[in-house]
Amino acid sequence: MKRRALIAAMGAMFVGACSKVADSKVGSSLLSAAEDWHRKAHRALSNRTALVREYARADISPVFRGNGSVTVDTDEYRQHMAEGFANWRLEVSGLVRNPMSLSLEALRKLPQRTQITRHDCVEGWSAIGEWTGPQLATILEAAGISEEANFIVFRCADALGGNPYYESVDMVDAMHPQTIIAHRLNGQSLPVKNGAPLRMRIEKQLGYKHAKYLTAIHATSSLDDVGLGQGGYWEDHHGYQWYAGI
Amino acid sequence: MKRHVLSVRLWHWLNLVSVVILFMSGLNISNAHRYLYWGQWGFSPDQAWLAVPRFPGWATIPNYYSLASARDWHILMAWPFALGLMFMWIAMLVNRHFWRDLRTSGREWHPKAIRADVINHLKLKFNHGPAKYNFLQRMAYGSVLGVLLPGMIFTGLAISPGFESAAPWLVEVLGGRQSARSIHFIFAWGIFAFTAVHIVLVLLTGPIGQIRAMITGGDMIKGGGA
Repeated sequence: MKRRALIAAMGAMFVGACSKVADSKVGSSLLSAAEDWHRKAHRALSNRTALVREYARADISPVFRGNGSVTVDTDEYRQHMAEGFANWRLEVSGLVRNPMSLSLEALRKLPQRTQITRHDCVEGWSAIGEWTGPQLATILEAAGISEEANFIVFRCADALGGNPYYESVDMVDAMHPQTIIAHRLNGQSLPVKNGAPLRMRIEKQLGYKHAKYLTAIHATSSLDDVGLGQGGYWEDHHGYQWYAGI
Repeated sequence: MKRHVLSVRLWHWLNLVSVVILFMSGLNISNAHRYLYWGQWGFSPDQAWLAVPRFPGWATIPNYYSLASARDWHILMAWPFALGLMFMWIAMLVNRHFWRDLRTSGREWHPKAIRADVINHLKLKFNHGPAKYNFLQRMAYGSVLGVLLPGMIFTGLAISPGFESAAPWLVEVLGGRQSARSIHFIFAWGIFAFTAVHIVLVLLTGPIGQIRAMITGGDMIKGGGA
C-alpha cells in the first residue's frame, strides 16, 4: 500500500475510533465527566464571589451583536413591544417562601448594579457592553429562597426551532454578585435583539446561559423534570455542556 | 545515543494522542466562528485580522460539524494534555533531562555555529557529537516543550470565562481574550509544523529504529532523536 493511502486509512480509523468511543457508554460518561472536572477546578481555584473583569466605558464595543433569537415571533410579544413592555411581568416561583410577580417598574426600584463586562459566545466571538439591573441574589432573598433549592431555571418568551428557550445555573452562579437581571444596555433600554425587556447576565459563563426575553425565574432542587432534563435549550436539543464556564 | 527514559516515552505517546484529538476537535471548533481578532473583543468579519478557511470533515473530530461534540472532546483531552505536560516538566527537571539534553549554551548561539548547524541539517548530516541532541534539536524541542505546548494551556485557560476570575492577569498578559484566542490558533499551527518536520526527520533517520526507541527505550545504533 502506498504511504499516503496508509496514512489516510490510519486517519479514518482514528476518527472512526473516536466516534465509537463517543457513542459508547463509558466514552460518553467520560466526556460529560470532564466538564464537571473543569467546573470543580474553576471553583477550587477562585473564590466563589470573585469578580470577572469590569472594563472602562472606552472599551465598550461599537455595537452589541444580537445572536440566537433576535426577536420573539408571537402576537403577545409584539403587543408588549407596542406597549413599551409596561405590562411585562417576571414570575418568581418554585422553592421560595413568597412567590412573586414583578413588573419592570418594581425591578427598577430595587438596588441596581451597573457593570461593563465582556460577553463570550460559545462560537468564539466577544463583545463588551454596559449592563444595568438588580442582582438576582436580591430577588431570591426577597422571595425567601429555600435551602433545598440547588438550581435556578430561567424561562424565556422566545423559542428556537419550535422549542422554548430556557437555561439554568447552580446557586453559586445564581448568587454571584455580577449575576444581574439586566434591563439596560449601554445606558438605554435593552434592545429587542439583545433580549428586551429583561435578560440574564451570568458573567462567568458563555453567552448561551444569558437567557433573553426573561419571563420567569424558578428555583428547583433538580433539573430532571425541567425540559428534557439537561438544564437548558442548548443542552437538551444540541448536546451543549451544562457548565458553560469553559 | 542514550536511551529515552521511561517518563519521556510514556509522555511522548500520551501527548501524541492528546494533541491529535485536541488539534482535530479544535479545527471543528474553529469552524463555528472563522474569524480571529486582536484585543478584548471582536465579532464581525470587518474587525478580524484573519478569516480562517473552513476545515473539511476529514480533518476534524467529529468528522461533521458539531460544536457541542468537538467541545466535549477538546474539554476532555485538555486534562491528559495539561497534566501530562506538567509531569513531564517535573520529571525533566528532576532527572536532569532538561539541564543535560535540552539547555543550550551561549557558545551555540553564535551565528556562525547556527549557520553551520543549519547547513549540516539541510545536507541531512545529523551530527550530535557526544550530546544527545544538537543545537537545532534543542531549539526545536525546547520551544515546543517550553513555549508552544504550555502556551496552548495558558491561552486555553484565558479563553475560559469561568477561569478568568482565578487569574485575571493571564488574560491581560496575553493582550485580551480575543488575542489569547488568536495565539491559541497560531500556536496550534506551530505545533502542527513541528510535528510535520519531526515526522519527516524520523523518516529520514531510520523510522523503525526511531519508533522502537521511543517505545522500548532501545539502543539506537545510528542517528538520534528527530
